Amino acid sequence: MNILVCIKPVPDPDKYGDLRIDPETKRLVREGVPTVINPEDKNALEEALRLKEKLGGSVSVLSMAPEFSRDKLVESLAMGADEAYLLSDRAFGGADTYVTSYVLAEGARRILAAKDLPRFDLILMGNASADGATSHVPTQIAEWLDLPHICNVREIRTGSEAGEAGAEDCSTLQVIRKTETEDMLFAVDLPAVIAVSREINKPRLINAMGIIKARKKPLTIWSNEDLDLPREVIGLAGSPTQPGALFSPDMRRGAESLGSEMDAAADKILEIVQKAGV
Amino acid sequence: MNFHFTEEQELLRSAFAEFAKEEIAPNAARWDAENITPLDIMPKLGELGVLGIFVPEEYGGIGLGHTERVMALEEIARHSAGLAMMVFTHQLGMAAILDFGSEEQKKKYLPDMCAGTCICGLAVTEPGGGSDVAGQKTAAVLEGDSWVVNGRKCFITNSHCAGATVITCRTGEDEKGRGTFSTIIIEKGTEGFAPGREENKLGLRGSMTGELIMNNARVPKENLVGEVGQGNPIAMKEIGEVGRASMAAIATGILRGCLEDAVKFANERIVYGKPIAKLQAIQFHVAEIRCDYEAARLMLYRAAALKDEGKPASPEFSMAKYFATDAACRDARKCIEVMGGYGVVNEYAAGRYLRDAMGCISSGGTGEIQKLIVAGDTMRKFK
Repeated sequence: MNILVCIKPVPDPDKYGDLRIDPETKRLVREGVPTVINPEDKNALEEALRLKEKLGGSVSVLSMAPEFSRDKLVESLAMGADEAYLLSDRAFGGADTYVTSYVLAEGARRILAAKDLPRFDLILMGNASADGATSHVPTQIAEWLDLPHICNVREIRTGSEAGEAGAEDCSTLQVIRKTETEDMLFAVDLPAVIAVSREINKPRLINAMGIIKARKKPLTIWSNEDLDLPREVIGLAGSPTQPGALFSPDMRRGAESLGSEMDAAADKILEIVQKAGV
Repeated sequence: MNFHFTEEQELLRSAFAEFAKEEIAPNAARWDAENITPLDIMPKLGELGVLGIFVPEEYGGIGLGHTERVMALEEIARHSAGLAMMVFTHQLGMAAILDFGSEEQKKKYLPDMCAGTCICGLAVTEPGGGSDVAGQKTAAVLEGDSWVVNGRKCFITNSHCAGATVITCRTGEDEKGRGTFSTIIIEKGTEGFAPGREENKLGLRGSMTGELIMNNARVPKENLVGEVGQGNPIAMKEIGEVGRASMAAIATGILRGCLEDAVKFANERIVYGKPIAKLQAIQFHVAEIRCDYEAARLMLYRAAALKDEGKPASPEFSMAKYFATDAACRDARKCIEVMGGYGVVNEYAAGRYLRDAMGCISSGGTGEIQKLIVAGDTMRKFK
């Protein structure tokens, strides 16, 4: 099974307290905040590696990010991926989810063309990014590639695990999708795009030998010269959505003495509550 | 001059740090309190690649250097200096086999040691003293195909858990009647060889320290490491470069613990209506710990880089060991002072940092021994 995993470098969720919003530019100030592979994308990579261990095939990793994020692709290779592709160009900057998914889908096509492969059997990614958290990209990639898609998946079953629905040739997978109230079981024909949640597995830790092996694995960096996408459909220019105001909510707490007269204090409380619109 | 780690080294560090956070941090206080030697973590460290990180791949290692080795020790010691002690002593014995052992010895011992399924050690110290290597009384006599070893080693890390220990013993004397020494691998289960008393230590708990007793222990002749009479140079080279590097790394890990815990506490503890991090008295403590930590790291990694370049680094490791250990002792105290009453409560790690830092003083030679080495080198170089 040939699997493509899309990953996104995000600010380390453990260090969110260090993130600031620049009051002028309304952009996140990321300096000094380390980036990590988006946690759910790491689950997706782990699931891809487990599927490969079970069924054979290959795992490719794809990301659209600034070139300094190369180390996150090296980390994916150290985890066990076979090859990695980084789409990096200033022209991709400022992309919303619509354009991001478009560039990633074009990246996937470009990989297939370079490898002379007819298709990826499965495209996996996290259900949402820890920073943007829109959950748009998996569905949008599937639409660009005209593939079936299913999100919020907490289990993937193959072959005999899946009973009748799962053929041994893995033309079909069984997946469990979680909703707020129940689990839903689906049989999915491949190729497909599947977005996974954190519950699906516990990603393996990388080890020193994996890091050494990563030295010899191919890591390809493509700019827009390689993808050759019209500039008006990528980056900020191609993005139909733009963030409006971006601000930190005022979380300050206040205290006010209401005096020691019970009735007067009660009236005051009522007034405050009414004023707050409760 | 470049003060940055490579991308690969940074990735290694984050892999070690993540492992330490998951497997070591949650258990470190318990290992210390109950004096548990966590042997079950050794195969996991083997899988992570830490144990044989400096050993070539052909002997089951990773084929990297001592910079990466001390980096791993710093990350382990950040949470458990005791475990780091066990790991480094294991590597100390392995280094002797790797640098001076025969091809057969390397093939026989190193793969299992890299995997963490056989624990190693290096035993020099005796009841008569550790730094007085010429005064060792443990003796080995060649009888037929065996060395017959008699004597007692003490303060030996991994004494009770090592599958194979490299020991130094007197095997003859020179023309002036002074003892000459050799290194021999002695395996667990050898007749006449057994661990003796196990020490109950102030710090670095989580590593086993005790005696080794050889009473007519018969060791195969081929277990000699290096040449006859080369024992002390072998032991001194490994202790000087691998041992002191490791102690400096462990003390640096303790310093980072002091720094992170002091900062965390200072930000959370509210006094006079604001976090104590806003008070200058607290800021001075934190700044001093930070300076010590950064200086210790610079000394440690510079010395390790020298060793990886194949250059002599013994005085540099002595400086790093002396400085980092002293700094860890004074800064663990500062960490306790920042935390006030909480600093002496065992639910917090600050007290353990102080005990562990004190535990670092003697291993690989006290500060005074390091100063003698540094002074000797300085008198020559700055003449």
